[in-house]
Amino acid sequence: MRLALSILTDAVAYGMALFIISIGLSIMMGLMRVVNLAHGAFAMIGGYLASYAIRDLHVHYSVAILLAVVGTILVSIPFELLLYRRIYRKSDPLIQVLMTIGITFLIIGVMNFIFGPSLKTIALPPLLSGPLDIGFRSIPTHRLFVIACGLVTALALWLLIEKTEFGIKLRASVDHSGMADALGIRTEIIYAATFALAIGLGAFGGVVGAEILPIEPFYALRYMVTFLVVVSVGGAGSIMGALSASMLLGLADTTGKYLAPEFGEFFFYLTVIFIVFLFPHGLFGRSHA
Amino acid sequence: MTDTVSHVPRRTIPFAQEAGGALAIAALGAVGYFLFPDDLAFLTRLIGISFLVLSLDLVTGFCGIATLGHAAQFGVAAYAAGIACVRGVTDPLALLGIGIFAGTLMGLISGALIARFRGLPQLVLSIAVGQLVAALANKLQWLTGGSDGLSGISPGKVFGIYNFDMYSRTAYLFSLAVLIVVFVALTRFVRSPFGLMCRAIKDDDLRAKMIGVAVYPRLVIMYGVSGAVAGVGGALTAMSTGVVGLDSVAFERSAEVLVMLVLGGAGHLWGALAGTVIFMIFEHIVAAANPFHWMTLVGVLLIGIVVFAPRGLIEPVLSLFARFRKGRAS
Repeated sequence: MRLALSILTDAVAYGMALFIISIGLSIMMGLMRVVNLAHGAFAMIGGYLASYAIRDLHVHYSVAILLAVVGTILVSIPFELLLYRRIYRKSDPLIQVLMTIGITFLIIGVMNFIFGPSLKTIALPPLLSGPLDIGFRSIPTHRLFVIACGLVTALALWLLIEKTEFGIKLRASVDHSGMADALGIRTEIIYAATFALAIGLGAFGGVVGAEILPIEPFYALRYMVTFLVVVSVGGAGSIMGALSASMLLGLADTTGKYLAPEFGEFFFYLTVIFIVFLFPHGLFGRSHA
Repeated sequence: MTDTVSHVPRRTIPFAQEAGGALAIAALGAVGYFLFPDDLAFLTRLIGISFLVLSLDLVTGFCGIATLGHAAQFGVAAYAAGIACVRGVTDPLALLGIGIFAGTLMGLISGALIARFRGLPQLVLSIAVGQLVAALANKLQWLTGGSDGLSGISPGKVFGIYNFDMYSRTAYLFSLAVLIVVFVALTRFVRSPFGLMCRAIKDDDLRAKMIGVAVYPRLVIMYGVSGAVAGVGGALTAMSTGVVGLDSVAFERSAEVLVMLVLGGAGHLWGALAGTVIFMIFEHIVAAANPFHWMTLVGVLLIGIVVFAPRGLIEPVLSLFARFRKGRAS
């Protein structure tokens, strides 16, 4: 029981961290059809900035999160203008893969040149660092914080996409970009805003989830595959899909690590092959013909 | 990508092109052998990797399959050859055969899974297959040595005469000879009706389907051939280095060879070779100094290639050749 509960807490927290980071990628892949392998690199920038802000500027955790998100979006603007814009909705995945791998390498090299190649810790405020007693046992507060962040993110995104005018335009652009353009929706602005949103979410997830996915020099490469797998299993562009896929993969991975660590990632990838083979567009995705 | 015209066989002296290719590789190999006698181990590794890049070229450059798990074929072959060698099969040619067999088998399996889809599912499946093989190699410790690597591979003499020496002279010349044979065979293969049909599938798979081509079986067969080529490289690398580590099946290896291929130019066998040589030599020099500068450099290079020369560095050279030919003809 005790073991089951700690597996469950860890799995849900891990899944939520995965979700916050991957949902940005998922939206981007759903709307712009860009296989952005550099998404983890932007999450890494967020983590590096937050770590720097807390350790050297001595700001509060919440300020650091804000700085990290805004800073990462600022850093990403030139990439969007100069590079990503060329590959939006281009059908050749090879070009996208190559360009985004190049961006990943570039970011890893430059970030480690500026901030030094070491493990970056993001110190938690006292409010979040201790355990929280929930009656019959205690749970690390930070885990609960991550879970709460994930739920808030999911809810806010759902409201944004389903209930606002921006959401309507966004969905129109996803469904038929050319038609949306013809109806007077400035799709390039929608694309730019969505890009910023996606990158901001990635940076946010990178900072918040730093306890679970530690920010290290090769973070971007190490989790590149994981984020892509979450989106692919869940289905690009679907909040529900990304959430369920994150939970599923978080549970599979954490349970595997607790119960059979020597099996490594074997069953994880077997599951992925199985799901992708049966549902090539993901559990909740739609095919884009 | 409509560069198919230049690949229609021209009426010239028979086998002139193949002979030229073989001579060119032999000449380059001789330059390496005599100018850098101390770096032969590195050059041997370079040749080993170049098989993997050629193999990737077959599926990515000629069939348009985007894959980030191609090291699986290479690694499985390397492990197969290594395990066979540790268990008593020491003849290098037999080990090469085992590597080719294992690579082909792995290629057919991955092809059957990966070639069914296009786009994102294909990419993710290729990654998952690669990672699955990597996880297996790590888990089956009794067979593969796990994270310690498989060591103690000491192959016998080539043709019963030439011993594998510590300066890698034999390994280098043996690898070079195999490279020439494979390269000539591939030059013929990609111009065969089968190879040209694969190009057609790459250019427009729907149209290929409409004129009655069975797309899926062809791609799977191509994957098998590609696995065989990767298997040659895997077996040679296992024999020449004497160890097989987890790095030979790692995701980084798959990503790296894709970079090499695109750097040189996908869809050209020479492009694959050129990319490997340039990338490996640069890596040898820069990465030794500072791995992060190396990553920055590769990143910038890759972005530059995609933006300014999407067909790779080989393209300007080829167009120069074409202009030269045209000038002579007129």
